[in-house]
Amino acid sequence: MDLALAPETLARWQFGITTVYHFLFVPITISLAALVAGLQTAWVRTEKEKYLRATKFWGKLFLINIAMGVVTGILQEFQFGMNWSDYSRFVGDIFGAPLAFEALIAFFFESTFIGLWIFGWDKLPKKIHLACMWMVSIGTILSAYFILAANSWMQHPVGYKINEEKGRAELTDFWHVLTQNTAIAQMFHTMTGAFMVGGAFMAGIAAYHLMRKKHIETMKTSLRLGLVTLAISGVLSAVSGDHLGKIMFEQQPMKMAAAEALWDGQTEAPFSVFAYGDVDEGHNKVAIEIPGLLSFLAHNNFNDFVPGINDLQKEMQEKYGPGDYRPNIPVAYWGFRWMIGFGMASLGIGLLGLWLTRKKFLLPQHLRVGEDEVPNLVLFRNKPLSAKWGKWYWLLLLWTMLFPLIANSWGWIFTEMGRQPWVVFGVMKTAAAVSPNVSQGEVITSMTIYTLLYAALAVIEVKLLMKYAKAGPPELTEDDLNPPTKIGGDSKDGSDRPMAFSY
Amino acid sequence: MELHDVWFVLIAVLWTGYFFLEGFDFGVGILTKLLARDRTERRVLINTIGPVWDGNEVWLLTAGGATFAAFPEWYATLFSGFYLPLLFILICLIIRGVAFEYRHKRPEDKWQSNWEHAIFWTSLIPALLWGVAFANIVRGVKIDKDMEYVGNFWDLLNPYAILGGLVTLTLFTFHGAVFTALKTVGDIRERARKLALTLGLVTAVLALAFLIWTQASHGDGKSLVAMIVAVLALVGALAAIKVGREGWSFALSGVTIAAAVAMLFLTLFPNVMPSSLNEEWNLTVTNASSSPYTLKIMTWCAAVATPIVLLYQSWTYWVFRKRIGTQHIAADSH
Repeated sequence: MDLALAPETLARWQFGITTVYHFLFVPITISLAALVAGLQTAWVRTEKEKYLRATKFWGKLFLINIAMGVVTGILQEFQFGMNWSDYSRFVGDIFGAPLAFEALIAFFFESTFIGLWIFGWDKLPKKIHLACMWMVSIGTILSAYFILAANSWMQHPVGYKINEEKGRAELTDFWHVLTQNTAIAQMFHTMTGAFMVGGAFMAGIAAYHLMRKKHIETMKTSLRLGLVTLAISGVLSAVSGDHLGKIMFEQQPMKMAAAEALWDGQTEAPFSVFAYGDVDEGHNKVAIEIPGLLSFLAHNNFNDFVPGINDLQKEMQEKYGPGDYRPNIPVAYWGFRWMIGFGMASLGIGLLGLWLTRKKFLLPQHLRVGEDEVPNLVLFRNKPLSAKWGKWYWLLLLWTMLFPLIANSWGWIFTEMGRQPWVVFGVMKTAAAVSPNVSQGEVITSMTIYTLLYAALAVIEVKLLMKYAKAGPPELTEDDLNPPTKIGGDSKDGSDRPMAFSY
Repeated sequence: MELHDVWFVLIAVLWTGYFFLEGFDFGVGILTKLLARDRTERRVLINTIGPVWDGNEVWLLTAGGATFAAFPEWYATLFSGFYLPLLFILICLIIRGVAFEYRHKRPEDKWQSNWEHAIFWTSLIPALLWGVAFANIVRGVKIDKDMEYVGNFWDLLNPYAILGGLVTLTLFTFHGAVFTALKTVGDIRERARKLALTLGLVTAVLALAFLIWTQASHGDGKSLVAMIVAVLALVGALAAIKVGREGWSFALSGVTIAAAVAMLFLTLFPNVMPSSLNEEWNLTVTNASSSPYTLKIMTWCAAVATPIVLLYQSWTYWVFRKRIGTQHIAADSH
């Protein structure tokens, strides 16, 4: 059959489109839930109005996002059965459990408490209302953990045995599946990546307002929080990425060799900065390299041997029989670079921002500003940036919003496509995982509908986000500042007052 | 009772929870066109389920996830076999969730009325399709010896399944009307009660036909008991709404749903998806289930988590227990 229309190809495209799309909303949701909860905590503790304004503002953007995250997530759970039924039959005994845990523990948490938070402003005392947001945040993080444990099992299957009679893999050690080093490392890396997205999102929108000298007090707080989040999670993301990389060199050396376009194994293996090669012939035509760095990334030692694609291909053929065990090398190679490049660029821009907007004792007296003034952007000791350069930095920060998101997407494309041709590494090939009874026509239909629907929703979502981001934080009302003291709301002046929030 | 039997019951419970809860919020979505006279009334309806619809929907995700974990073969056969109906349901659920969250986010009339149309249709279509799907499961579909569904989309649209779809559609709408009567105040409450009576009678006729058909072709003694409970509860719900006891009526329409789901699952057991081609190819609680180890872990998880979920979800309903009417919808918000 024509490879482009093979059931496996179609099902993979659909899974790729819907999953990458879903994961645009996931990191924003995870990080903003925690950041909004943090801002609301600051409001409850200090009663400073800027924190409440910030909570309401970022909360609104958070809600626009989580709506998309939730609905696109439903499809994810169904898709395994609909398009990957042979996968589901073969691994359901193992893979289903974390998914069920996710639904039972995490989804109920998120979805129930988000309703309480949205509608609870005039129904719940402020501490309970705040607790609801923390519950949402915990829910999003737990959800990520279970799904990453499931994914890690596909990367590195543990705690199972093959039941020949039933023709399937069966769970033998659930605890091992939940706590294996792949899962922990992926969790750490995904979380830090998610918080980079939220940090950059917050800093970028704050930069937009500060550039226009609007909503200064709230946006200065947001800028600070965003930049600090971006910087800390950026550094931790590099650390966790290095750690995950070392694990992958051990567990999936082919993925890492592909990420480096390292065709033939060598000692003092170099890190590739740029490469252009011929996949069929198995070598690079052009290569710019940093000697020894790859060996260091793999084994903390500049001299160690790192196996190449050609060696591993031979090795895997001996182990698993004839076949092509190489993933799509250009995608793995460039995906790896886009991930690191965009991630590190956003970290650099964030660190620069922290330095430019430093305050108090790091700045000379005349450059310090009051609470309600836009901070001076000070690069060198005594002189702020010129208006033109200052504007450039704010604009750069605004665009940086997208960088960690791009890095996240490429990270997933790299890690999933780098595992090919396996769906469960070393155990089941992707080609064997598709639903045998779902026709090409059906998959083309669903893929077309999903793509069109998702494109339309993306336009709607981005427009709404921009509308509310530009509008800035709301003016606070008397009711906002005097939350109820009883659960269910105070009956202040009769029961006919309009709801504080309604759909 | 072995663990796979326990999980058969638990999955029935999850579907019951889903149809009980999302049943009324599908119903409320449908009533936005049947009952509401203007935008403010539509908003009253939408806000009766506003804080809870999302949590209600998780019952579906949990039913799906639990089926995946406890009965992988069932999950695989059902989801790949019913590909197109599930696709339609998914599209509806995607649009519906966004519609609730985005409808009020812009003031333009066109924007709002588009999302309102969306809420109506995306509530109506799944309410119908879930019945079609479950009726087909009970009736048996073309499953081959490899547990693969080998029929096509049109095979799923047989008279029995369509009747099943109409039953869930009308039953959920009735359930939603009773819920509306229970949660609103003023003129809309009165009209919801009247409409519930009409809807209840239509539901009763369709449900009776479907349940008798089910009992006659697949039933046994136990399913007969469930059927009688369902019918009595429905009659009770109608009587209660007639005399204005909305709480009782809602509880009884809930019992109707629970008993009807119980009846369907009782007629299935020990099968989970019978084959219409050959009885030997039936998917059963034994040949479709996970290993005892996985089932044991899942049982622990469910035993600990489910009561907690029930606790905080009930608490949500208690927090938002106050009835709402048009006066509670702020005129300046959208």
